[in-house]
Amino acid sequence: MQVFDLEAQGLRALNATLHTLNGQTNETAWEIVNPKGSHAIAVGVDAPVDITVRGSTGYYCAGMNKLATIRVKGSAGPGVAENMMSGTVIIDGDASQYAGATGRGGLLVIKGNASSRCGISMKGIDIVVDGNIGHMSAFMAQSGSMVVLGDAGEALGDSLYEARLFVRGSVKSLGADCIEKEMRPEHLALLADLLKRGEADHLAKPEEFRRYGSARKLYTFNIDNAASY
Amino acid sequence: MCGIVGLFLKDPGLEPRLGAMLTDMLITMTDRGPDSAGIAIYGRPLKGHAKLTVQSPEPAKDFKDLADDLAALIKAPVTGAIKDTHIVLDLPSDRLDDARAAIATLRPTAKVMSAGEGIEIYKEVGLPKDVAARFDLVKMSGTHGIGHTRMATESAVTTAGAHPFSTGSDQCLVHNGSLSNHNSVRRVLKRAGMTFETENDTEVAAAFLTHKMHEGANLGEAMEATLTDLDGFFTFVVGTRNGFGVVRDPIACKPAVMAETDQYVAFGSEYRAMVNLPGIDTARIWEPEPATVYFWER
Repeated sequence: MQVFDLEAQGLRALNATLHTLNGQTNETAWEIVNPKGSHAIAVGVDAPVDITVRGSTGYYCAGMNKLATIRVKGSAGPGVAENMMSGTVIIDGDASQYAGATGRGGLLVIKGNASSRCGISMKGIDIVVDGNIGHMSAFMAQSGSMVVLGDAGEALGDSLYEARLFVRGSVKSLGADCIEKEMRPEHLALLADLLKRGEADHLAKPEEFRRYGSARKLYTFNIDNAASY
Repeated sequence: MCGIVGLFLKDPGLEPRLGAMLTDMLITMTDRGPDSAGIAIYGRPLKGHAKLTVQSPEPAKDFKDLADDLAALIKAPVTGAIKDTHIVLDLPSDRLDDARAAIATLRPTAKVMSAGEGIEIYKEVGLPKDVAARFDLVKMSGTHGIGHTRMATESAVTTAGAHPFSTGSDQCLVHNGSLSNHNSVRRVLKRAGMTFETENDTEVAAAFLTHKMHEGANLGEAMEATLTDLDGFFTFVVGTRNGFGVVRDPIACKPAVMAETDQYVAFGSEYRAMVNLPGIDTARIWEPEPATVYFWER
């Protein structure tokens, strides 16, 4: 276990050290202490390592993550796991606004609540939130799945493309072109897998959720032209 | 961008440390606002006394004999304590309005920062750490206080454009964001008799609250009205003689974190502003909801 004291050693040293790691490293377990809400902790990691942050983080923690498993033992500030490519990011507490924004892959798990704009413009990331999500979540979400065990705020999935949204609780309102859709067996199977990978299968069952998706009236997608896209 | 910090103490034992705690929080928010900084601090009112905080670009000239000149004019005892570019004048509370009006005549280059029984406001252009040092904020005690670090967008970087803004007795407001309808709201408030010192959007928000409370609204009702009448981005933190409030616009893109323990309620634009507060590890920490008024009064 490599321990990095952020207060003593500084942010640039931390991220520079993490950036030198690659698939061949033997230093696969890292612990970051004294985060004290600092910004940009463990951004741009590109190696299959485990990183635990002991405390709460500021803006953009785990941004652009690739391959790594990053766990925050606290809450995360705005833009956690923004543009994540792959790997797993787990927040034990709450996440502030635009968690997982523009994420292209990987799995983001938030054990508490997520704030507004969760998963905005998501492009392939999977997001599992144990609590509630705030307004304008999944705005213009393109692909990937979002699973919410609690409630969703106003304008869920506004201007949605092809992301799949699953909400167990109430939805305050749906955004433009977002509609409730039928839950088919393949969706239940997808949900079961997401709940399991998201460490939430002991908290909820797939059949307790409702599915929301795009009515496909707002964007120019036309199934007859699928081959052209 | 701008940085806001606030502390409302529940435990009187922390009161001697209010200035030190707020200063630490303010300096942490330097990255969000390095242009200017300001702080409003509320002390325990002394019965029958009121305070007038006055700022001058020429303190040596303006503050010389100011207390005596004011005493002669309002025919009441006045004492003054100079802190860098500011002077806090102590006078009988029933003479406060006259004293406030008299400053413009006595010292035309000076500006009244605040007036009230508890409030003192200090603000200047410069890095938060330098502003805090000039006024020795660390040593101040009090029951609650609000600080602001400014990155200007809507008006010039001047002392008068720095926050907090005070437009009524013992009232103050700080703002992160920008208002888009401040000119039309200012016109309405001017017709209602309010006066303005700057072209700043935040001063309009402060005056709007003062006007609403003057019409009979309590702090919570006045803050509720900002959600319907003010357009733009805002996270406001507001202070009154015995209260402390927070409200965010419905879009809520300007950040806000709150923490509460048995000893205090704290506000920070970011969590890192609060990391050195006592008991923060076990505090209840949350993000204030959009379009929701929070306020505490003692």
